[in-house]
Amino acid sequence: MYEFKYHRPSTVRQAANLLAKHEDAKLIAGGHTLVPVMKQRLAAPSDIIDLSHIEGVDGIEIKGRSLVIGALAKHADVASSPTVAEAIPALAELAGLIGDPAVRHKGTIGGSLANNDPTADYPAAVMALGATIVTNKRKLKPEEFFQGLFTTALESDEIITKVSFPLPKKAAYQKFRNQASRYALVGVFVARLPSGVRVTVTGAGQDGVFRVEAFEEALKKRFLPKALDGIDVSPDGLNSDLHGSAEYRAHLIGVLAKRAVDAANNRA
Amino acid sequence: MAKVSMIVNGNPVAKNIDPRTLLVQFLREELRLTGTHVGCDTSQCGACVVHLDGKAVKACTTLAVMADGHEVKTIEGLAADGAPLHPMQEAFREHHGLQCGFCTPGMIMTAIDIVHRKGHDLEDHVIREELEGNLCRCTGYQNIVASIAAGAKAMENSDLA
Repeated sequence: MYEFKYHRPSTVRQAANLLAKHEDAKLIAGGHTLVPVMKQRLAAPSDIIDLSHIEGVDGIEIKGRSLVIGALAKHADVASSPTVAEAIPALAELAGLIGDPAVRHKGTIGGSLANNDPTADYPAAVMALGATIVTNKRKLKPEEFFQGLFTTALESDEIITKVSFPLPKKAAYQKFRNQASRYALVGVFVARLPSGVRVTVTGAGQDGVFRVEAFEEALKKRFLPKALDGIDVSPDGLNSDLHGSAEYRAHLIGVLAKRAVDAANNRA
Repeated sequence: MAKVSMIVNGNPVAKNIDPRTLLVQFLREELRLTGTHVGCDTSQCGACVVHLDGKAVKACTTLAVMADGHEVKTIEGLAADGAPLHPMQEAFREHHGLQCGFCTPGMIMTAIDIVHRKGHDLEDHVIREELEGNLCRCTGYQNIVASIAAGAKAMENSDLA
C-alpha cells in the first residue's frame, strides 16, 4: 500500500470539503473494496477520508411509502433489519447474499453503489425498484446514476447519504454465484411496482447493471414465469470469461428471471 | 503517523502508527498478539477474523485507524492465561476441529459470532453457510462443523461469551 494522509471527518459536510480540497482523495466506508485495491497498489489515493465515524447516516426507516436506508448502513444491518424484512424482503435477502458474514459486517450500501462493481448485488435492486440515490447535493435516479463499469454520476465532491426505495407490490432476487469468488455470475432482480414491472441484471453486462425491457413488457401483461417463454436475451454486450460464455450468461438471465418471478409470487 | 487508541481484549492500548497499518498488522506486530493469522491477505480465507465491537470482521481488510475508539477481541482474549478454555475452544479440542491449526483462531472467532447471531441450536447447513468466509486448507470441515455445533450448545451454559 502506498502512503496516504488519513482524515476523519465527523459530518458529511466536512467530508465533502476534504474531498473537494484534495484532488486524489478517496472516501472509505467499510473499506472492503478500497483496502484490497490499495494493498495491490492498483490505487494510490493521496488522502483517505474515513466516513465511518460520521453519525446519523446509517439508519433504516420507513418514510411514507418508501424504505430509506442510510448510506453507511452495513450489509449485515440490512440483511437482519426487521423493517427491511417487512417492507422489501427481497432486499434483505439480497444483502444477506453479499460476500460472507465478516464482509457484511463492514461493507455498506453507499460504498457498494459508489463503486458500481459490475458484479455487485445492490445496483440490481436499486435499478429494479426505481430507488432514488440521495447525495449531499441532489437526488439521482438509477438510470442517470449508473454510468457503466465502476462509473457513476457522482461528482468529485459528492457523497451518497441515503437511498430511498419505493415499496414494491412484489419483488425477488435470484443470484447465480461464481463458485470461487461468490460474486454474481448473473443476478436478476424482478420488481412488480404500482407503475409496472422492472427486471434488472447484474454480473452479466459489460457495462454493469441493465434492464431487460422485453421481459418487463411480457411480465406486465402476465406476472408469471410462463410469460417469459420464448423470449431470448441477446448475448451481445454480455461478459464472457472462463466462468461462463456470453451465451451461457444470456441463458441464465432467462432462467433466473423465471425463478425470481416465481419467488416473488410465492412470497405474496 | 496517526494516533490510535482502542480496547484490545479488555486492555486499553494507544500507539502512533503509519495510517497504512492494517488491523491485523497492528495486532500482530505492534501488540505481539500473534494468534490472529494472515492467510490469503485478500479477505477470503478468514484466518484473520477478530471481533470489532462484538462482530466478526476481517482484520486484513480493516485499517487499524478505522478501529480507533473501538473494542477489539482476538483469540487471546477468549480465555485468560491458565484459566479454562472458552467453550468454543474446548469444543474444537474435543471434536478434533483443527488439523494444522492455522485457520483455527479465525474459525473460532467466526464460530462465536455465529452463535451470537444465530443462537445455540445450530443445524449443520446453517454452520456451513455461515462459514463461507473461512477457509481450512486441510479441508477439515466435517470436524469443524461438529465442533461449532457442540461449542454453540456449551456456550449456553457458560459465563464466557
